Amino acid sequence: MNMNQEELNNRLSEIRDKLINIEQTMDSRIFLLCEAENSFAVSKFLFEDMALRFIIATGIDSEDCFEILYHFSNDETGCVVTVKAFIRDREDPSIESITPLIPGAEWIEREIHDLLGINFNNHPNMRRLILADDWPEGVYPLRKDFKR
Amino acid sequence: MKANVNKPILAVGPFHPLQEEMEYFQLTIDGEIVTDIDMRISYNHRGIERLSETLQFDQVPFLVSRVCGICSASHPLAYINAVEEIAGITPPERALYVRTIINELERIHSHLLWVGLAGHFIGYDTVFMWAWKYREPVLDLLEEITGNRNNYGNVKVGGCREDISDDAIPRIQKELEGIEKKTDMLTKAVLDDPIIHTRLKGVGVLTKGSAVEYAVTGPTARGSGIAIDARYDDPYAVYADLDWEVITQTEGDVFAKAVVRLLEILESVKMIRQAVKKLPKGPIAIEVREIPPGEGCGRAEAPRGETFHYVRSDGGNRPVRHKIRAPSYVNVPSFRASCIGQHIADVTITLAAVDPCYSCTERLAVVDGHSNIVHDYEALLKLSREKTARIKKEIGTPEFKLEDF
Repeated sequence: MNMNQEELNNRLSEIRDKLINIEQTMDSRIFLLCEAENSFAVSKFLFEDMALRFIIATGIDSEDCFEILYHFSNDETGCVVTVKAFIRDREDPSIESITPLIPGAEWIEREIHDLLGINFNNHPNMRRLILADDWPEGVYPLRKDFKR
Repeated sequence: MKANVNKPILAVGPFHPLQEEMEYFQLTIDGEIVTDIDMRISYNHRGIERLSETLQFDQVPFLVSRVCGICSASHPLAYINAVEEIAGITPPERALYVRTIINELERIHSHLLWVGLAGHFIGYDTVFMWAWKYREPVLDLLEEITGNRNNYGNVKVGGCREDISDDAIPRIQKELEGIEKKTDMLTKAVLDDPIIHTRLKGVGVLTKGSAVEYAVTGPTARGSGIAIDARYDDPYAVYADLDWEVITQTEGDVFAKAVVRLLEILESVKMIRQAVKKLPKGPIAIEVREIPPGEGCGRAEAPRGETFHYVRSDGGNRPVRHKIRAPSYVNVPSFRASCIGQHIADVTITLAAVDPCYSCTERLAVVDGHSNIVHDYEALLKLSREKTARIKKEIGTPEFKLEDF
């Protein structure tokens, strides 16, 4: 582990109070677990203060909650830092949008909205991206209970 | 789509029967200047992420190599990197070399394809013919190694399927020499041509700030002075053992992106030469019995930029979630930063500069305020070519001939 990586680990302690846990699967793969309401602050810290590059977000339908994973890359060390936000409310899942902060996240948040039915609060342009115009409302093809 | 009947709208896309991807761009124009751009994708959404959850770990590479025909080595490799990360597998060294060679051959053929199309869009059809001619031997090499010109299906968890035979090595070396010579000639032609300078410099500028905001990758980022490259930053295969450079340019315009791609071809040639020379003997795969529970983030530098795959396993024989992020997914939205303020004659080449799928530029139509079609794609292409001809006349340069070099 080089200096930059150590420095990154040290700086992560600044947002420790917003996190449930920090998991490190390898030297260069860090997962920051947090509740949905803290994800914006954590992402903002990574993007603005740490100057990490936004890679993409992944939406997952876990059994009792939804997970939104915001993947960031520290290109100096090759480290992928992933913010893993848990959305506990399955009836009306929502999370703060990071698009106002990172315009590059616009498409993926719209895509997750289409496929998993998660609302991104304060998203500037929440139109459909992936689904066809005639796709029925309220049917989300990436949810585990979706039947063809 | 946002519709404003009072402003002329330029529709770019969406369908073309020859291309595998469709995109639609709606440009709002004021006179000849683009004032706004709106995009729409997913005309060809195939649900690959969902399909992947229904396949076994070993079957997925065949599926993801079909995400894109051109990047059909990068996607499986990024996926394999993620799965091998979960399982903690290190494949035999020879397999890593074979992966590197195939991925660099892919970069060469993809960049040559782009150079040809870029030439075509600004009216240099000679460049188009020649670049594609030089690309053919690369595809032949890939066919000889993997059995396919595209969709190689050569990587698997734990190694590779097909080995590079000893007989193929002299042929690879011979073809590399030819590719290097021709690329060198093309690069010099581009760098020396005053018309190409006038046509591409300062056009479609993506500033470093915008590049960070839109989180772009690959030659699109490197052309804007951001030295990121998954091969260098987070090395996989054997890139860490090879001697090569990350090519960057600071200007952020179409010209910078063209230079980055041309010089990258030469770097790839350098890498393949070293890899072929160092190619160790031994097996090309190990047996992998099961994938433990866990999650992995795999990266591979595709010709267009970083390909990112996130895979989660629950210990079963299929991934429970497989997220795929192709480089164009972040590069294409950057048109908002690079197209607004441009002349419509420069739009075709600006849209082409990030090397997206070309279906978008194949079907253009200018629509005026009353929805009457005024110009079609051919007319726009004509505009672009006429601009080149006009500049040629102004500069007084003789007709560009590749034969001169």
